[in-house]
Amino acid sequence: MTATAVKAPTSARVRSSRNARRESFLFWVARYSLLIALGVMFLGPLLFVFLTSVMSGQQALTTDYWPNSWNWDNYAKVFTEAPMVRHLGNTMLYAGLATVFMLISSIGPAYAFSRLRWRGRNKVFVLVLVTMMLPPQVTVVPMYILWTDWGLTGSLWPLIIPNLFGDAFSIFLLRQFLLTIPKEYTDAAKVDGCNEFQVLWKVILPMARPAIAATAMFMFFYAWNDYFGPLLYTSEERDNWPLSLALASFRGQYQVDWNITMAATLLVMMPVMVVFFFAQKAFVEGVTLTGVKG
Amino acid sequence: MTITATRGTRVDVPAALRKKRRRHRLVVLAFLAPWIAGFLMFFGYPFVATVYYSFTRYDLFTPPEFVGLLNYEFMVKDDPTVRIAVRNTLWLVALMVPAKILFALGLAQILTRLKSGVGFWRSVFYLPALAPPVAATIAFVFLFNPEYGVANAVLGVFGVDGPGWFTDPDWSKPSLTLLALWGAGDVMIILLAALLDVPRDLYDAADVDGAGPTQKFRFVTLPTISPVLGFAAITGVIQTLQYFTQAAVASGVASNRASTGKGGSDVLGFPEQSTLTYPLWLYVRGFGQNYLGYASALAMALLVVAFALTVLMLWRAPALMGGEGENS
Repeated sequence: MTATAVKAPTSARVRSSRNARRESFLFWVARYSLLIALGVMFLGPLLFVFLTSVMSGQQALTTDYWPNSWNWDNYAKVFTEAPMVRHLGNTMLYAGLATVFMLISSIGPAYAFSRLRWRGRNKVFVLVLVTMMLPPQVTVVPMYILWTDWGLTGSLWPLIIPNLFGDAFSIFLLRQFLLTIPKEYTDAAKVDGCNEFQVLWKVILPMARPAIAATAMFMFFYAWNDYFGPLLYTSEERDNWPLSLALASFRGQYQVDWNITMAATLLVMMPVMVVFFFAQKAFVEGVTLTGVKG
Repeated sequence: MTITATRGTRVDVPAALRKKRRRHRLVVLAFLAPWIAGFLMFFGYPFVATVYYSFTRYDLFTPPEFVGLLNYEFMVKDDPTVRIAVRNTLWLVALMVPAKILFALGLAQILTRLKSGVGFWRSVFYLPALAPPVAATIAFVFLFNPEYGVANAVLGVFGVDGPGWFTDPDWSKPSLTLLALWGAGDVMIILLAALLDVPRDLYDAADVDGAGPTQKFRFVTLPTISPVLGFAAITGVIQTLQYFTQAAVASGVASNRASTGKGGSDVLGFPEQSTLTYPLWLYVRGFGQNYLGYASALAMALLVVAFALTVLMLWRAPALMGGEGENS
């Protein structure tokens, strides 16, 4: 009785370890060939965009993918073929002001939703989540009419000003971060006689600096990438186009060759990727927090 | 009598405490003030106004004229393009969303098995997700160009005659799906965090029971991460309901015409309205053709679906709400 009971698991273990060895070898081969294939899939497009961006205009229209000549001046041409400096300025204005405004208006609400105790807090927070989830197209018609009445269509202000009044996604993200700061820190400050504003300013803000940086980064790149908003409001006003609109109509509007278009494409991608390279940890943590932790 | 009684008990609360409570309420309001103002201006008002405009005919130049349910009737009966737009959006919801999540899950699963270089490979898989959608779309339209794109050249090596991708109505949505898979890194990060949260003991217990990798995935991994998978699915669907940029840019670049400006609206959906998603059609009707009342009716229909999904998500994902609980 006991003998069989002991024996059974042993033979099973021997069998499974032999299986495991064979399997692990197969897995090793599969895993690395798969990884390399996936790596090529993910980075290949970027490589070919780069290679095209330094080709001559004629070569870009052939199936010869290695540049015959390295035309680095394609990158300079991006700025002469279209007023890209102006578009870059518009994007910086939009992304910069939106980020600053968001920080001014969203930290307070995030604090109230995470560290102040009040009745109905979670119910009101549901409203923040709802505004965050609903597609922007749902409210776009009356907003467009309103901004037209105020004479601001044609400019990027309809996209900048709302950030003065709290951005739902930023409030959500900041709240998730602020919830993780242990209560003891703020309690200590309160015992020392700090009021809530002082607690936020002196205790929470210094501790939440990485979180605030991550939220600011998300906002900045949201504005940097935004296409629908600028299309809606500045479509008719080419002088106010941000980079996203300029890039989308680079070929159609300015009749530019593919090689220059790819150079412009890469230039628009660059800032996000460079920032990611230096602030990887904050990025990944931020994205993780937007998912639900189990 | 009862009223005075209850009033009486309230008076019993010491004046100092009541004052403190009122002060606290004011402090909370002060912190919330910007959000409350924003909520009323940029959500409450437009929400009510969309309902109102959806019952009117309005072109921005003449005052809105009340037309009852005409917009809704037109939407259901007389606008065949709505049906095309709904079908395109449903296609993306049914195929692009699951494909992206499964792909992201596969990537995350591979990362959990790596013994070294996890950080490196995670960056490699995540990097494309950061590419601005306009830039990524232009790059893809070029790389998948049927004549000189590198994608068909690679397929040619394997003896496959590549399709027309973004220029072929049958292939334009699959092409957009490939673009979405290239950007699956953000979903992968969330799923990776969930996979790493699965308690090790569960796997050890499964090992003792002699479970193979497939069984472990089926009976340990999947049940543990299913809330996060559900969350990813619902947010994925909600995001796909507003799918705009990639479809708009792809149609503009693939057709070689400008998709911005009023004249651009007839380019949207190229080729043959195969990429004309629901929000794209809302945009064309409302802002290309100035049927703002009708666009409001389209927005209402979108709102109902998106709202239902949001409620479903909030119900499925209480963790989003509760966080770490009542820290004060």
